[in-house]
Amino acid sequence: MNTLAAPAVNVAPPLGERLAALFDNLVPALAALVLTVLLFSVAVALAGFDPLEVWGLILMGGFGDAFAWQNTLQRAAPLILTGLAVALPAQAGRVIIGAEGALVLGGLAAAALGNLLSAQAPPLLLWPLMALAGMLMGGFWIGIVGWLREKREVNETIASLLMSFIAIALFNQMVETVLRDPASLNKPSTRPLADNYLLPAMPGLDVHWGLGVGIVVAIVAWAVVKLTPLGLSLRVAGGNPRTALGVGLPVSWLTIGACAAGGACAGLAGAVEVAAVHGAANASLIAGYGYSGILIAFAARFSPAGVVPVAVLVGGIAASGSLLQRRLGLPDASVTVLLGFAFVALIGCETLRGRSFWRKG
Amino acid sequence: MSQDRLTVPRRRLLAGSALASASLVLPGALRSALAQTPVTMGVIYVGPRSDFGYNQAQAQAAAAMKRLPGVKVIEEENVPETAAVQKTMEAMINQDKAGLIFATSFGYFDPHMLKMAEKYPKVRFAHCGGMWTEGKHPKNASSYFGYIDECQYLAGIVAGATSKTKKLGFIAAKPIPQVLRNINAFTMGAKSVDPSITTRVIFTGEWSMPVKEAEAANSLIDQGVDVLTCHVDSPKVVVETAEKRGIYSSGYHASQAALAPKGYLTGAEWDWSTPYAAQIKALQGGAPQPNLLRGGLKEGYVKMSAYGPAVGDAAKKKADEVKAAMLKGGFVIFKGALKDNKGNVVIAAGTSLDQFNPELEKMNYLVEGVLGSIPG
Repeated sequence: MNTLAAPAVNVAPPLGERLAALFDNLVPALAALVLTVLLFSVAVALAGFDPLEVWGLILMGGFGDAFAWQNTLQRAAPLILTGLAVALPAQAGRVIIGAEGALVLGGLAAAALGNLLSAQAPPLLLWPLMALAGMLMGGFWIGIVGWLREKREVNETIASLLMSFIAIALFNQMVETVLRDPASLNKPSTRPLADNYLLPAMPGLDVHWGLGVGIVVAIVAWAVVKLTPLGLSLRVAGGNPRTALGVGLPVSWLTIGACAAGGACAGLAGAVEVAAVHGAANASLIAGYGYSGILIAFAARFSPAGVVPVAVLVGGIAASGSLLQRRLGLPDASVTVLLGFAFVALIGCETLRGRSFWRKG
Repeated sequence: MSQDRLTVPRRRLLAGSALASASLVLPGALRSALAQTPVTMGVIYVGPRSDFGYNQAQAQAAAAMKRLPGVKVIEEENVPETAAVQKTMEAMINQDKAGLIFATSFGYFDPHMLKMAEKYPKVRFAHCGGMWTEGKHPKNASSYFGYIDECQYLAGIVAGATSKTKKLGFIAAKPIPQVLRNINAFTMGAKSVDPSITTRVIFTGEWSMPVKEAEAANSLIDQGVDVLTCHVDSPKVVVETAEKRGIYSSGYHASQAALAPKGYLTGAEWDWSTPYAAQIKALQGGAPQPNLLRGGLKEGYVKMSAYGPAVGDAAKKKADEVKAAMLKGGFVIFKGALKDNKGNVVIAAGTSLDQFNPELEKMNYLVEGVLGSIPG
């Protein structure tokens, strides 16, 4: 959390200092990129493939043409929100890794509400209600984790993971019993939404609204964290709780709120998956997006805005992994290796920050 | 064709059997004609291709198709049942010009494959399962599935004849009709050898949860079970645990004989090369797409693993007799009077439900002799 203290005192830094700060931010990222390319090329060469060909396919499959971009953005869409689910609690210094549970329960709440109201409400009214149901459910779930942390001193990382297991068990139980559509014989699901209640693709794109929603939420979250007094209080509470208490900030409630906000993002991701992709809640919702969000938030250094490009990068690598499998017969694990290298390099190169050779001291 | 396979070494069997049955349905003249119409087929797996189970059974058929003239196979594994599989299908169509797509996981059908079938009416889609319905689903979509309970019944005979404790174990993923049908058929096969045999069943709740599967296996073995089988995505852990603990195992999806050289009795395997080849043949010959492909042993959709060294002659004889009856046609597994394990009559006396009967696809009971209950 070494970035937290800076903006609080940065009233109007001179241009030179701002350029240096920008450079400071770029150096670790560039170093990580170079390191990743080197490591993965060696791994690919050792496996008997031509690294140039593999990199060519990665660029083509993820970002080569309009289709590749839409493929990438579609895969990135749910990851923006689950990245935020980890990045927001991190503002308060809390490491939450159980977004998966909030996502599936959020999806379940949205599906249940959708089934309940689809006869009464038109789609344009139902969608926001489903989104709200998902956010409230997810927010409540991770809010519990924040409360346990602040009021009962339970480690939030472990608690959120365990709560995620509970959430998934609860989800399965509901989908397989009370909320089950009797027609879903071999794949227990809630009753499907009618076709006109499915969220359409974004105009001009073959990508569903999860992308737009994710970007808007990320921008709002960034603005709140960086530009508002609430965001400043939150960062103070996260950076130095003792100081925050000293100046009279409600540290506990800020923390619980940040956790709940993160949970709400995950719950929203679940609601979007139900409304835009599946049309019902079932086991396909447990796809690991919540866990991918952890890596994305770490790689974005918990910046709510940074989550967007990192999610797009991960989506692009997933899209190109698909092409690598089909063209070269590389195993699915190859892109997992690439992502692994990328994240280790990113986190490892963080140590370069502020140690730039052109600076003294 | 199935009889002589039993004498073929396992390794060759794995590689060759799928191809053998594929070429059986393609006469020589047709095969050479096919060489002129190249077709690219995409196969999508929900898990790893080498899982010793569900995905491997599909991958074996895909591998067999690679050897057909004019067929190019592209594959993708570990594709989740989300928007990702829609994009994978589109990428196969747009980037690789695939004309035929096999979506092998149950959850790929609705909404993913249906949506893509509507979007790409010239591409043919085939889904593993029995969901395609005339009038409801697009003409360029289809289902293929096999009556593997026939093999489970035969495996039950072998297990029943081999077991000394008369206690069999079944590790099941979810209490859905397909799974219940397998548990019931396995138990009924065993009980046809000795009515006192019981099957203990444990539901893990997930298609792939190796830790729970190992715990269930150990717990069943501790209860005195001496033959274990399962219906989970990868039987690897169950079969390995059985072998390690020195009991017998019966496989599922693909052959796990390599994992248990001593205790592997036999297994119920898919033979997807039959529907794969039928779809390719229709596409290359310009025929309309077959929308519903299903069958059992007789039709070549399922097959048995070769008998392991622990299977005695009496067990082989009994199983082979029933198998011959199944191959001839007319052997009915589910017929009345049949009671569930709570004493209710589920199929009335005089009623017999053949394999194609849709009633069987709604199965929601465990037959007499199964110790366990359907959760939820």
